[in-house]
Amino acid sequence: MPDLLIELFSEEIPARMQGRAREDLKKLVTDGLVQAGLTYASAGAFSTPRRLVLTVEGLTAHSPTTREERKGPRTDAPEAALEGFLRSTGLTKDQLQARDDKKGQVWFTVIQKPGRPAADIVAEVLEAVIRNFPWPKSMRWGAGSLRWVRPLHSIICLLSDEAGATVVPLSVEGIISGNTTRGHRFMAPDAFTVSGFDDYAAKLRRAKVMLDSAEREAAIRQEAANLAFARGWEIMSDDSLLSEVAGLVEWPVPLMGAIEDRFLSLPPEVLQTSMKEHQKFFSARTPKTGRIEGFITVANIETSDHGETILKGNLRVLAARLSDAAFFWDNDLREARAGMTDWAEGLRSVTFQSQLGSQADRVARIAALAREIAPLVGADPDQAEEAAKIAKLDLRSAMVGEFPELQGTMGRYYALEAGHPTAIADAARDHYSPLGPSDAVPSAPVSVAVALSDKLDTLTGFWAIDEKPTGSKDPFALRRAALGVIRLVLGNGVRVGFEELAKRVIDREYLPAAQSLGEDEIACAGELRRNLNDPNWQPTLLSGFASRADAEAELSKRQTTADEAIRHRGEVSERLEAIPADLLTFFHDRLKVFLKDQGIRHDIIDAVLSMPGNDDLVLLVNRATALNDVLKTDDGTNLLQGLKRASNILTQAEAKDGVEYSFGADVKFAETDQERALFAALDKAEPAIREALRLEDFQAATQGIATLRAPIDAFFEAVQINTDNQIVRRNRLNLLSRIREAGRQIADFGKIEG
Amino acid sequence: MTSPKDNQTAKPVCFQDVILRLQSYWAAQGCAVLQPYDMEVGAGTFHPATTLRSLGARPWAAAYVQPSRRPTDGRYGENPNRLQHYYQYQVIIKPSPENLQELYLGSLKAIGLDPMIHDVRFVEDDWESPTLGAWGLGWEVWCDGMEVSQFTYFQQVGGHDCRPVSGELTYGLERLAMYVLGVEHVMDMPFNHPDSPIPLTYGDIFRQPEREYSRWNFDQADTATLLQHFKDAEAECDRILNASETDSAGRSIPMAHPAYDQAIKASHLFNLLDARGVISVTERQAYIGRVRALAKRCADLFVTTSAATGEPLPAFPAGA
Repeated sequence: MPDLLIELFSEEIPARMQGRAREDLKKLVTDGLVQAGLTYASAGAFSTPRRLVLTVEGLTAHSPTTREERKGPRTDAPEAALEGFLRSTGLTKDQLQARDDKKGQVWFTVIQKPGRPAADIVAEVLEAVIRNFPWPKSMRWGAGSLRWVRPLHSIICLLSDEAGATVVPLSVEGIISGNTTRGHRFMAPDAFTVSGFDDYAAKLRRAKVMLDSAEREAAIRQEAANLAFARGWEIMSDDSLLSEVAGLVEWPVPLMGAIEDRFLSLPPEVLQTSMKEHQKFFSARTPKTGRIEGFITVANIETSDHGETILKGNLRVLAARLSDAAFFWDNDLREARAGMTDWAEGLRSVTFQSQLGSQADRVARIAALAREIAPLVGADPDQAEEAAKIAKLDLRSAMVGEFPELQGTMGRYYALEAGHPTAIADAARDHYSPLGPSDAVPSAPVSVAVALSDKLDTLTGFWAIDEKPTGSKDPFALRRAALGVIRLVLGNGVRVGFEELAKRVIDREYLPAAQSLGEDEIACAGELRRNLNDPNWQPTLLSGFASRADAEAELSKRQTTADEAIRHRGEVSERLEAIPADLLTFFHDRLKVFLKDQGIRHDIIDAVLSMPGNDDLVLLVNRATALNDVLKTDDGTNLLQGLKRASNILTQAEAKDGVEYSFGADVKFAETDQERALFAALDKAEPAIREALRLEDFQAATQGIATLRAPIDAFFEAVQINTDNQIVRRNRLNLLSRIREAGRQIADFGKIEG
Repeated sequence: MTSPKDNQTAKPVCFQDVILRLQSYWAAQGCAVLQPYDMEVGAGTFHPATTLRSLGARPWAAAYVQPSRRPTDGRYGENPNRLQHYYQYQVIIKPSPENLQELYLGSLKAIGLDPMIHDVRFVEDDWESPTLGAWGLGWEVWCDGMEVSQFTYFQQVGGHDCRPVSGELTYGLERLAMYVLGVEHVMDMPFNHPDSPIPLTYGDIFRQPEREYSRWNFDQADTATLLQHFKDAEAECDRILNASETDSAGRSIPMAHPAYDQAIKASHLFNLLDARGVISVTERQAYIGRVRALAKRCADLFVTTSAATGEPLPAFPAGA
C-alpha cells in the first residue's frame, strides 16, 4: 500500500485563499483517484504561503482489472454487421463466442481491461487538477500559458512504500515533477530531497517551515499569550486575524511592542482597528482597565538581533499610522464639541441614493419616523428624534472616512463629546444593529426606536422607488433590513401594526410628490386653452403661432402630454398605495425563514398568517409558537384530525345542501351521550377560548381547544352524522360548525399538514 | 566621501545614493536604464516604456525613475509622508523571469535592507488601473510592516491580454529611502551626501515647490482651462488615431506614441480637475471611462506595430 506526497511550490499564495485551496486540492485529487478505481485509507492537506501539500496514505497500487461483456450481431446477420462490430471493438473473429440469446445465436465478447498502476493514474489526475484548479483568481506568468494563483515553481509527486520512494513522472508546461523542495525563503533557501511525507515534514521543520497552519496558529497564540503575560497584558483574540497571519508566515515569530504613551488616549476601537487593518497586529490590553497598551506582530524570521530591527521598523510604521489616527481624532473631537453642525451640513452633499436624496434627506425621514415609533417602544419622542438626527453624523468624520467599519462606534464618542445624554449616544452606536445573525439586538428604548426607523426608512424608500430584491439580487441588503426589523420587534416585544406604519410613511414622504406629478404639463395646456378662449386673442407673431389652427394643434399636443402625465401620476400613486400590503408580505416571507430556523414549521406559519392582526409580528409569532407547541403533543395532532374531519364533513354537506351550517345546534336534539358530552365541552371551552384570545394568551387558547380532543374523538367514534332524521342531522352539522368556529378563532387549520 | 567599494557594503547615506544603487543594480541585471518620461504622469506605469512596451511579444527590460504627480496628495510640504510630486522607481521585464522575486530581494540588499535581519513579506495586493484598462496580480512587499514596493504580474493592459506576461516592480522612493536612512520627515532627508560642499535636503529642493503646487492644485488651477485642455487632448488623440497610417510621401507610419501622449495628458488633466473638486462622484466614472477609451485605442494601434511584434520596422518605399 503506497503513500502519496504532493507538493505544489509557488510564489506567495494569498493568505485568504489557502484554506479553500487545501480543501479543493484534497477533494479534487482523492475524487480523481477514486474515480479511476483506486482506494485510499486517509488524506490530509496543508498549506504555507509558498506551498500547497497533500498526503494520501494507504493508496492501492493498481486499479482493479475490469471485465465488460459486449453483445454483437446475430451469428446469421450479414457479414457487414459483424465487420462493423469487430472494427468498433478492435477484436478479431476468433475472440468472439457464439451464445444462445432470446432471438437465436448472437456473437458475444468479453473485453478485459487490465488495472493501471497508481503512478499512471496519479500523474493523470494531478496534471488535470493543476490545470483546472478553482482559484478565485489566477494568473499567467513569463511566456507560459499555465494558470496558477502565483507563479508555480516546482512539483513534488512521490509514491513511497516499504521498498522506497519513486517520483511519479509528470510535466506541466515545463515544470517537471521531482522529489526536491526548499525550506524557508531566507533561513534555509537550499534545495533538499525527501522520501515521503514524514521525512518531508521533518526536514521542512529543520528548514524553518512549520507545515501545518493549525500548528502555526497554535504557536502564535501560545507565544503571544506568553509574551503578553510577562507584561501583565492579555491578547484580544481575533480568529480571522489569526488565520490570516498564519497564512502569511512559514515560521511564525511573534514580537511584542508597547504603544507610545501619546497614543494611549485614543479609543480602544481605533487602536485595535488601525493596528489590525493596516498592520495585522494583535492588540494587547491590561485586563483590569481593558485599556489597549501593546501589540503583537508576527514576523516570519528569526534574526541575529532577536527581532530588534524588525520591531523597531514596525513601531515606526505604527507611530506614523497612529499619528494619522490621532490627528483625525483630535479634529473630530473639535468638531464634536462645536456641535457637529459642519457634519450635518456635509450630509447634504452626500447622495444616499439618486432617487431617495441625500443622507440629510434620509436622516430627516428617519427622525420623523423615530418620533412616531418612540411611544411604541417606551422611548421619549424628543430623545428618539434627536438621536436619529445625530446618529449618522460620524459618517462625515475623518476617522470613519479612514475606517468605515468604525461607523456608529465613533458616533457614540462624538455624541458624548457634543454633550448628548448616554441614551442618545448609545443609539448612535447601536442603530445599525442587528447587522448579522450573530449581532446582538439593541434593547435600550431610544436605540430600538432609531434602529427600527433606520431600517423601515430603507425598506419603504426602496419600495417607493421600486427597487425590491429579486431572486438572488439584493444590492441594498433589504432582506437583511427586514430581518433586523423582525429581530428588533420580537426581541423587544414591540407591538406595532406594520401596514399602518408603512402607510403613514408612504403618505408623508412619497405620495405628495407623486400626486403633484404632471402639474407643469397640466398648467402648460391650461394656459394655452385660456388664451384661446379669450375673445381678444389673436394668433399674432407675439404669441408665437402663425394661425389659430396651429395654436389648436399645439393645444391638442399639450393636452395629450398632460393626459399622459396624469395617467403616469395615477400609476405611481397606485403603486405607492399598494406598498404597505406588499411590504407586509415581504415581512411575512422573511418571518417564515426566521421562524423556520427557530423550529416552527412553515405550514403553521401559513395557518396563522391569515388571522386578524397579522401585521403585528409579536402577536403573529405568539400565535404560531402556541400552535406549534400544542401540535407537538398527542392531543394536538388528534385534535387537528378532529378539526379537519369536522371541517371536511361540513364542507361536503354544505356543498350538497347549498346552505351554510353555522347556527342553532341545540342539545335537546342530541341522541347520544357523546353528543351531549361534546355540547358540554364546547359550552365550557368556547368562553375560555374567547377570553384567552381577548387577553392575547395563545397558550391558554390552544389549551382550551385541546380540551375538545377527547369529546370530539368520542363523538366521531359513536355518532353517525348522516341519519334519516333531518332535524337530528342538521343539529349535528350545526354542532360540527361550533367546532369549526372554535378552531377558526385560533388559526386556519386547513393549511396545516398532517 | 565613500569610495565605490564601500558603496557595496555600507548603508546608503542620502536619497540619491538609494537611487544610484537601484540604477546600478538593475543595470547589472541587464535592464536598459531609461530616463523619466517628459510628461506629467500619476505613476511610473504611465511611462510608455511600461504601458505600451508591456504589450506584444517583443522582449523588454527597462528600469527608470519616474517623477509622479498626484495633485490630491498635496499637503503644502507639511506632511511627513505625503507629496503631490514624488519619485517612483520602476522596473519592467518581459517575459517576467523565473527568478524575479530573487532579483527583487537582491535590489533590497543593494540599498542596505538585509533580508536576514528584516522581515520581508509578500502580501496579496492586486493591481488595477481603470484609466489604463489594465490589471495584474501580485503583492505589496512589506519590510518590517511597511509597504516598500508593489510587485505585479501584468495580465491585461489597454484591454489586451499580456502575452508574454511582464513583471513590474514599483518602489516608492521617498518612503523607501526614508526607512533606509532612518528619517522621520521627508523634508529632512539628505538629498545629496551630507558631507558635500553644498549639502541639500529634500526640503531644500522641494518644500517651496510643494507649497506652490499645493496652492495651485487646490485653489488656483483654472478649471475652465483644464476642462478645455482635457477636451483638446481627447480630440487630438482621436484625430491622431483616425489619421491615415500612410503619410503624404506614401510611407506607412502609424502614430501610437503621439496618440498615447495625448491620453497621458488627458489623464493628468483629469487628476487636476479632481483635485480642484469639480468632478462629482457620478462624473468621475465617466471621465475615467473616457481616458480608458483613449488608452485602449492607443494599445490597439501599438500592438500592430514593430515595437510590439518584434518584426523589423517596414522599410520606406523607394523614392519616398
